[in-house]
Amino acid sequence: MSFGIPFTPPEASSIAGSVDMLFYTLLAFTAALGIFLASLVVFYAIKYRAGSKAERTGERARSLPLEVAWTVASLLIAFVIFGWGAALFLRREHPPLDALEIAGLGKQWMWEFRHPGGQREINELHVPVGKTVIVSLASQDVIHSFFVPAFRVKQDAVPGRTTHVWFIADEPGRYHLFCAQYCGTQHSEMGGWVTAMPPEDYAAWLGNQGKGDTLAADGEKLFRALGCSGCHEKSSKVRAPDLAGIFGRPVALENQQTVVADERYLRDSILEPKKEIAAGYDPVMPSFDGIVDEGEMQMLLAYLKSLSPRAATRNEATQ
Amino acid sequence: MSTEALRPSSYLGEGAGPAAWLLTTDHKRVAWLYLMSLTAFFFLGGAFAVLMRVELATPAGDLVSDDTYNRLFSLHGIIMVWFFLVPSIPATLGNFLLPLMIGARDLAFPRLNLASWYVFILGSAFALASVLAGGVDTGWTFYTPLSTLYANGFVSMAALGVFIVGFSTIMTGINFIVTIHTLRAPGLTWFRLPIFVWTMYATALVMVLATPVLAASLILIVLERVFGIGIFNPALGGDPLLFQHLFWFYSHPAVYIMILPGMGVVSEVLPCFSRRPLFGYKAVALSSMAIAVFGFLVWGHHMFVSGQSAYAGVLFSFLSFCVAIPSAIKVFNWSLTLRKGEITFETPMLYALFFLALFTFGGLAGLFLAALAIDVHVHDTYFVVAHFHYIMVGGMVTAYMAGLHFWWPKLTGRMYSETWGRIAATVTFLGFNLTFFPQFVLGFIGMPRRYHTYPPEFQFWHVLSSAGAVVLAFGYLMPLFYLGWSMFRGPRAPANPWGATGLEWQTASPPPPHNFDTMPSVSRPAYDYAMKGLQHETFSPHKDEA
Repeated sequence: MSFGIPFTPPEASSIAGSVDMLFYTLLAFTAALGIFLASLVVFYAIKYRAGSKAERTGERARSLPLEVAWTVASLLIAFVIFGWGAALFLRREHPPLDALEIAGLGKQWMWEFRHPGGQREINELHVPVGKTVIVSLASQDVIHSFFVPAFRVKQDAVPGRTTHVWFIADEPGRYHLFCAQYCGTQHSEMGGWVTAMPPEDYAAWLGNQGKGDTLAADGEKLFRALGCSGCHEKSSKVRAPDLAGIFGRPVALENQQTVVADERYLRDSILEPKKEIAAGYDPVMPSFDGIVDEGEMQMLLAYLKSLSPRAATRNEATQ
Repeated sequence: MSTEALRPSSYLGEGAGPAAWLLTTDHKRVAWLYLMSLTAFFFLGGAFAVLMRVELATPAGDLVSDDTYNRLFSLHGIIMVWFFLVPSIPATLGNFLLPLMIGARDLAFPRLNLASWYVFILGSAFALASVLAGGVDTGWTFYTPLSTLYANGFVSMAALGVFIVGFSTIMTGINFIVTIHTLRAPGLTWFRLPIFVWTMYATALVMVLATPVLAASLILIVLERVFGIGIFNPALGGDPLLFQHLFWFYSHPAVYIMILPGMGVVSEVLPCFSRRPLFGYKAVALSSMAIAVFGFLVWGHHMFVSGQSAYAGVLFSFLSFCVAIPSAIKVFNWSLTLRKGEITFETPMLYALFFLALFTFGGLAGLFLAALAIDVHVHDTYFVVAHFHYIMVGGMVTAYMAGLHFWWPKLTGRMYSETWGRIAATVTFLGFNLTFFPQFVLGFIGMPRRYHTYPPEFQFWHVLSSAGAVVLAFGYLMPLFYLGWSMFRGPRAPANPWGATGLEWQTASPPPPHNFDTMPSVSRPAYDYAMKGLQHETFSPHKDEA
């Protein structure tokens, strides 16, 4: 960092170092290849300039061994880079167990976050250092993208589905949070800061926020207010599937298929209940499309997940 | 004027009124119609870019409002991609040269060729109307649901413009394919074709196969936006990612529509000024076809963090590395072509060498983007902006300039100022690197693209980039003047000023209306610069043919 001019982004997450290792290795390789090719062309341009005395006889305009050699070499190098990049990338699919799950909602033009304890913040995200944080992302309107350069993570928030991004901050500090997907007029204003703090500071920070209900508790209230409990509770007269332990469990469908009740399935079942009907039940549930907004959807999902405590922490990042 | 009077046999001399040009079916004149229209669009799109760069010289949004800025980059992209880059080389140099290079009197469908220009103008009218009405703020990518539900610009009008222009692309593509298959001179076998013709063939295939998908996706946008039919909007049961799949299924192959012709130009220029056959001719020819085919299988690499399945991402990454191989092969072959040559450095050669440097650089940057874990970080940042400008501007536009200067004597029958040409080429090269190299750094340190304002620590690199844009603008404005001057006042060009192989150099400059006084036949491979006598007999720039 000379004269305050940044040349590299801060490395502040558990994966930043390994991503940068690949980046700098590739940089060294491409620089070497680029300099080699440039030198070769400059060398030829000087040596074989018109009128020079260089030896020019006996050269054919092809050389099969040479062409095969550079094709094979290019392929091998490409496959190594591919494999390395893919191996690092696939870790996105497998967050460590026992994660802290924060709900993130993108809307034109702000990020809204809710911590498990119900604490809410806008364009600011406080996270503990050394702990896996999963941000489950939804969007209220257009596509946004959660981007924290210092963590080397990015994930689009897409309307109509839930996506996930996870990271372990390993260096306390304040880091840029951007929206990376162009989202309209104030796209460049949609962002703020991620504050990574030691766990005890994080706990203190949580305590200082206004005491609200947890996300799951808000979801439970909504579950009753919307009348879901009227059918989905054991005492109900209408026969509807019992939702205890539903999350992460295989569900047999009427059409003989079986799906895992992940976030996608739960969301679709609320918004398009006729799409995948659980075997043995009548398709009587009304759609809540247009009634439940994305923020409320996150509460309902948090509540449903809280009904199956074991699965909730596993949380496979479903695309 | 007197120029035409002197040369009644030239295609330029056959009828001078507007009707003679606007109703012409001569491929050489249609090329000029395109050249004039595309030049206008190039400078319009360029002006938008300069305004953006001036705005970005400071972190605050102090020159234009956020909505204006968003319209600037949207229109810059839409105009440069569809109204300049996609048609650029095929519709101008391709139109002019393809029949000449294969020894034909015209394209297979001369009237279709003229019709394609009128369709282009009709599409342009829609695009310009949307600019005048207030612009579009969706980005050139038209991502849903922003474009269908939220954008407040004249999206439908611009989308219709792009839709219509697509048909002119398809017409050109069909015309080229049929021409290359049916109108080659006797003896001109596939493996004797100049590489420029091979790349036109590959480009035309992609044009015909990919453009309909773009047309379909744009129509779906208009259907959803105007009639509320749910295709991409999740609230109506649609899927926003479907649009990205459709869009990139066209737009990634479209990148190859844009770069393949540039590769063709450079494959003509490098052998000529090295006085050497193109190294590995067959590999270069076939790699163009490989690029055209593989180009259809990599669209998902624009969507690694979109919510697309991670395993689909892995597959698309793998295929993206595969498509890099034919490009690498070409770079090696071009470099080796210089070996044991008799190299001279006229303007086209300078541009071609700059192309080689910038295309290689941009291509190597592509390896970073194809590597999944790195792409997660640099996706949608200035790194991507820098990468595709190195390919599209540093590569394609530089090749276009190389071709324009190389064939200028053939197009106009006049020479241009070699001194000014070399100065402009060098200024362009320097200005280009100053504009776009800092953007790689910006992207790596986390600067997202399409930002009207930005955090102050990024300013140093933005200032460099903006300064470079001014230099680059001069580099592109200079040819407008010295080529414009040459068109009317330049010294007469001989039939073959560069001593080049290729049938187009065997007829007069400018060519007669029907291209060849006696129909040529071919008995030798392309780039036969070893043929004794060629360079010394005809390489004399000031010899007057008449």
